[in-house]
Amino acid sequence: MSVGFSSLLLVAVGGALGGMGRLAVTNLVTRRLGATFPWGTLVVNLSGALVAGWVAGRLGVPTSLELSAAWLGLAVGVLGGYTTVSSFSLQTLSLWQSGYPRRAVGNVLATCLIGLLLAALGWWLAGGAQ
Amino acid sequence: MNRWYPYAAVGLGSALGSTLRYLVSAGSLAALGPLFPWGTLLVNVVGSWLIAWLATRGARYTRGRVARWQPFLVAGFCGGFTTFSLFGLETLHLVTVGRPGLALLYVVVSLPLWLGAALLGQRMARMGAAA
Repeated sequence: MSVGFSSLLLVAVGGALGGMGRLAVTNLVTRRLGATFPWGTLVVNLSGALVAGWVAGRLGVPTSLELSAAWLGLAVGVLGGYTTVSSFSLQTLSLWQSGYPRRAVGNVLATCLIGLLLAALGWWLAGGAQ
Repeated sequence: MNRWYPYAAVGLGSALGSTLRYLVSAGSLAALGPLFPWGTLLVNVVGSWLIAWLATRGARYTRGRVARWQPFLVAGFCGGFTTFSLFGLETLHLVTVGRPGLALLYVVVSLPLWLGAALLGQRMARMGAAA
């Protein structure tokens, strides 16, 4: 499937669902854990990395423009729209500037280290290593 | 305000951001090849710049257009445009195809660029507001 109308539609619908899911999870987590640390974005990115790893293990990571409908909708659309780097960057910057440098560094380390480990775990759980 | 309004605004913005991200990735894959995920790096850096610019402007002019469109622009467009899951997958993929050095490079280059772009966006929004 090349970049055609159906590909764009799959990504758009997936991206809309992912973005709304991110809002729901962020609201829920912030209500439970408060807003002194960006727990919402952290939970979103870590859970998204785990599921993305699992999807990649199941479907295989594509290396060309020929993407399957499942990959376009789930990986590029839903998970791509669900997770976010922009909020992570803004929140890390704002923690640092509000006088919480350790929380800022903690956010960076937790997101990247645990995120990458969870992506690898999801991939391994789905049988990607075989 | 209707409690579903933010969901509609974020959903619409995220659909638009995700579609644009896909086009940038497809374009970079066609132009630069699959060796390094240039497309994702670009969207994450640009998105980090944009979110900081929008948030700074929105906080300064609380009755302005940027502030009113905040759910659509910030959580919607920027959120959907940038992606952490694909960043994770690409890093993992570089490791599994035997390029761990490139994977490490991708991570250590991405982080300062994301955060630096956010700082730049904030500075530029303040400069523009002061002028």
